[in-house]
Formats: sequence, structure tokens, C-alpha cells
Amino acid sequence: MTELIRLDHVTRTFTVNRHVIKAVDDVSLTIHQGEVVCLVGESGCGKTTTGKMAAGVLGPSSGRIEFLGQDTAMLSKVAFKSYRLGVQMVHQDPYSSLNPVHSVFDIIAAPLRHHGLTQGEAATRRRVRELLELVDMTPPDEFLDKYSHQLSGGQRQRVSVARALTVNPRFIVADEAVSMVDVSIRVSLLNMLTRLKEQMGLAVLFITHDLALAKYFAWEGRIGVMYLGRIVELAPARQLVDEPQHPYTQVLLSAIPEANPDVTRRKRRIELRSMDVPSLLRLPSGCAFHPRCPRFEGVQCEMAVPALIGFDDGSAVACHPVSRARGLLGAPAWAATEKAL
Amino acid sequence: MPPTLAVRNLCIEYKARRGRVRAVRDVSFDLMPGEALALIGESGSGKTTLGLGLVQLLPAAATVTQGGIAYHRADTANGHSAPPQDIDVLSLKGRELRAFRWKECAMVFQSALNALNPVLRIADQFADTAKAHGYLQGGPLQERAAHLLNLVRLDPERVWRSFPHELSGGMRQRVLIALSLLLEPQVLILDEPTTALDILTQRNIMDVLKDLRKQLDFSLIFISHDLSLAAELADRVATMYAGAVVESGDVETIFRSPVHPYTIGLINAVPTLAGTKEDLTSIPGSPPDLIEMPSGCKFHPRCPLADARCQSDEPTPVSVAPGHSVACWHWQTSREALRAFKENATLRQAQGAA
Repeated sequence: MTELIRLDHVTRTFTVNRHVIKAVDDVSLTIHQGEVVCLVGESGCGKTTTGKMAAGVLGPSSGRIEFLGQDTAMLSKVAFKSYRLGVQMVHQDPYSSLNPVHSVFDIIAAPLRHHGLTQGEAATRRRVRELLELVDMTPPDEFLDKYSHQLSGGQRQRVSVARALTVNPRFIVADEAVSMVDVSIRVSLLNMLTRLKEQMGLAVLFITHDLALAKYFAWEGRIGVMYLGRIVELAPARQLVDEPQHPYTQVLLSAIPEANPDVTRRKRRIELRSMDVPSLLRLPSGCAFHPRCPRFEGVQCEMAVPALIGFDDGSAVACHPVSRARGLLGAPAWAATEKAL
Repeated sequence: MPPTLAVRNLCIEYKARRGRVRAVRDVSFDLMPGEALALIGESGSGKTTLGLGLVQLLPAAATVTQGGIAYHRADTANGHSAPPQDIDVLSLKGRELRAFRWKECAMVFQSALNALNPVLRIADQFADTAKAHGYLQGGPLQERAAHLLNLVRLDPERVWRSFPHELSGGMRQRVLIALSLLLEPQVLILDEPTTALDILTQRNIMDVLKDLRKQLDFSLIFISHDLSLAAELADRVATMYAGAVVESGDVETIFRSPVHPYTIGLINAVPTLAGTKEDLTSIPGSPPDLIEMPSGCKFHPRCPLADARCQSDEPTPVSVAPGHSVACWHWQTSREALRAFKENATLRQAQGAA
């Protein structure tokens, strides 16, 4: 598999009221062509910021972002444009991401015209119809002249996807793309994304807070779990959910209620040492999870930030006790990813 | 034992420019003392309107066009020896209505995080409520509040003098739950209690609610689109579709052997941690337009089992077993028929691929 995008020790800080907030801290992540990676975490963990940096809409404060092996900060104007066109975003809220005074046709035709991707009005119309069919909005003529308020949430999100596809991207960042859509139609949207991914060889970075959804969508891909700006665990999707390694991942999985009374009422819960979520302004020293961690083991956890260490089974975990328990057999995470491929 | 809340044939409509929105259609259910009932449905299924209707807090554009809500409070409730109360909720006006809300039936709204007055300390929010209802004051109030705050796993010392903005989302939600229980209501209605919260905070709220139900004596109605919340907390579950309750039963029955195609579809549409890819199926189509609703059974345009009768006649709830009722013409065969339908679809897909 060819490497498509590589985040290399990327950090992003924001200044809010003269306080510096580290939203993303030393994140390294490689996404290959046609691969699905889900980023999972609670609000404020930096998953959206990471997604925005991968999509090129936000620059990193430090670290490198490479697209097809080239540092995106060094690209020429022409090359930068082709990078930005190659990476598209689908946003969370289909109610505010579509212009309410533009029809579906206008919304999808705008990028086609702007980038000169179709010649003449007839070709534009044909292409818009094609794109609508691609996202299962059939017959397309029924939707061309509609405005977003005339569409359901699911249909709006399909229009968002069609708009992202206008420029033939190779990589899509979908930020909570189905969380505002009704439960009964989420699966069909995800299935559509999976089909498009396979048809067009797209890579997808899917950002969600729902681990069950991530497992389903990233079935053959990987899931990364983020906590307070760092990736704490990165592993093949099913492996991560079935055999979580990092204590935070384990706590999350044990806390999720399931739509089955027999399962959810008998589930073994892992208790946190503290319910208080640390402020991003005053991050705990060492491992940021240590004040709440059920596997806390003393000074090392308090003092040293654990690196994301890759293991033979394809997982990568940033946790001192886990590394110790596994006999420190790991190599830096990037080495493990190479091996897994 | 009479039910705490008996809702009969309740219909609620909104006036809109395009016409009448029939948000709640002919809904009947009983809420028994101490019971937790989950109202499950997608957006636009009428669940929030129903909740607002129960406490008579509907917006001006909405009217109850039909039906009744009877509230009953037993004399021994909460260990107090108050006289038993029978209240016809829809006939309440003015002071009586204000007394009914909160004291008998409290509601925590969906936008709970904005429900606290931002310029009042938590102590004053409690004092305001107590004063308006002629409840305890001063020291005794503080004691009662501290007891409730402890029950929702908050440190009264820390919270009491705080302003809402000094508390996290989960803490504010718990303050609201404590506040809603201040006047010892018999019914607590929670509208999407965990929706905007993170997983670990959500878990905390669920555990708090479980604790509260063990320690205090009240009935709970919670409104949610989240099936897992119902699986975790409810005794009974009612599925709503297009303003009507299409299936209701105890939680085990609804999750283990649902018979309404919509309930079955909804359960199959939610990915679970243990599930495989094949377990998931989506429901085709999208929820109906509430102004121009489909004829007959409102689910028929999305239902694989729909036939001519479904298109022309709307089914009324029938009893499947004691405590389990469903509104579907095909309930006797729906489970097998849907399974066969799914197998055929998979087969067709496999053949198509081959």
C-alpha cells in the first residue's frame, strides 16, 4: 500500500485568552491509499483538530505533514492546490454546512465550475446527475432544484458527500459525519461511504465518538483512540475493540451501554480513580491519564510521558504498565505499522 | 394498584403554515409507581411533544385535541402521609398547574445544559425553586439539597456556592437532576438525558439514575433516540413512530422478541461492540413528513412486509402477550418474514456478486 498522508510528530496549540492550549500533542499517524482509519475519543481530545490538520485546513504548530511523500508546508502553489483538492472534508452538521439559498444543483456545480472540471453547462448538469446517483440520490432530477431545507438530514449529508467528490479526491476526512443523522439511516450512509471508498479507492479518516460505529466502519482498517491531545492506542479495528490494551480504551469500552439488556446490565465496569476530567490548560504531568487511570503504577506514570509503542500483533499503545507487562518488546509505533503492512 | 400516570388516546397538534402537524396521535399508556418507561424514537416521532404534553408545557402553537391524562398519588408515597391525590392534568390551570409541575411531575429538558440561570449560584437556584413552591427554607433546605447532591454523586461543599459556568456539563446535568427531585415528585421526565455528554460522563449519569431509583421512590419517563440507554435503564419500552406508539412491552421482550418491523429494524440498525458486520441492516427510506403523512400504516413506505391492507388501513395496538402490545397487521409473522426477507436479500447480493 502506498502512503498517502503522514502526520509526523504533529502538535497544534491554540491561544485562548492568553492561555496556550495544546489541542494536539505529538501525534504521528500514517494513512495509506484506500485505507480507513477511525479516530475515537471524547470531546476535547483533539480528534477534530487532527482531522483538520490532515485535511490541510489547519496548519500544525510544529511537526510535519506529508502528502504523497512531500512536506505540505514546502509545496509550490500548484502542488499545494492539488493537495487541497485531493483531500476533502465532510462536516458533522448537514444543516449548517450547506448554503440554504443555493439549490442542490448549485451546491454541487460550484466546485465543478470553479475548478474548470466540466466544460459547458450540459456537461456540468450531466456530472452533477452522476454524482447524485453515486450517493444514492435517485432519480437525480428529483433533487436538482431542491433546497437544503427540503431535504432530510440523511439526504443533506449525501449532498455533502457528493460535493466533496466533485474534485475527485483521494482522501476524505469525515468529522462525525453521521452523528446528527437519524439512527435508522446511519447504516445506509456508512454503507454508501464504504462502497464509494471501494469504488474510487478513497482513503477515509473517520472521526467519531462512537466506538461501536468505528468498529463497524473501519472493519478492515484501524482505530486510533485519543485522550487529551495524544493517540493512546492505535490498532486494527476489531482487535482494538475485542482486545483493548490501553487502560483508557478499556475504561471507555466498559462504560459504553449496549442495545441489549442482557449484555449491558451484566457488563463488567472498570472504575476510574477520579471522575474529574483534567483541563487542557493544566494537563497532568507524565501520562495525562494517570490521575484517573485504574492501572496507575506510581512515579513513572506521573513523571514520564509514555511514547506510542508498536507491538508484534499490530497494535500500538502508549502506556508504561502495558509496556512493562509485555516485556518492553515493542518498537517505536512507526516500525510496527510498517511491519503490519 | 392504580397507575401513577394514565394517558389515554392523547392527540397533540401543531399549527404550521403548511397545515396541521399531528405530532402525537392517539397515544395511550400507563406508568406504574416506581416504573421506568423509555420512549424511543427518531427525531420527529413525537416523543418530546408527548413529554411536554404530560407537564402541560406545550408551545403556543400546539394544542391537545383529544384524550386525557390522569395522575394519581398514593397516600403513602415517599413515606409521607399526604392525602391521596387524583388529578386530571389537562384541566389544571394557573396556580394548580404550577403546583403540579415539579411537585408532582418534574421534567429535565433536552437543553439541560442551558436550563440553569447563569447568574445564580447553585444554592440560589435551589432556594428559588423552594420559595416558589412554598417548600423548606434556610438550613433545612440546605440539608435536603446536600442529601440530593450526595445522591447524584456531587460534593455539596464544592457545588453549593458555584455558578453554573464553573461546573462541567455532566455536573450541571446532575445538579439539574437533583434540583428536579427537590420537591419529591412522583414522576420525573428526562428528555435525552445523556445526549450531548461524553461516554464516561454518560456512564456516570446512568449510574446516578440507577442509584436514585434504588434509594428514592419515583417513576421515570425518559425520552431518547438511544436504544442502549433504554436497554440499560428501562423497565418498559415504548417505540414511537410518526406520533404513535407502535410497540410497547417490558425491556426484555422488546429487545429479545420485538414484533413490530420498525422496532426490529431499529434494533438491527444500531452497531454494537460485539456485533458483526452482517448483523447490521438499515431501514430504507426516511421518517415521514408529519403534515402529509402516508395513508394506512405510517411505516408502510419503509416496511418490507407492507401489502395492500397496510397501505389503506392503519393498525391499532393489539395485545401480543400480557404487557406487550403492537400496532402492526403482520405481527404474528413479522419476525420470520423479516428474517426470510433478509436472507433473500443476502442471497441476491451474493448472486449479484457472483
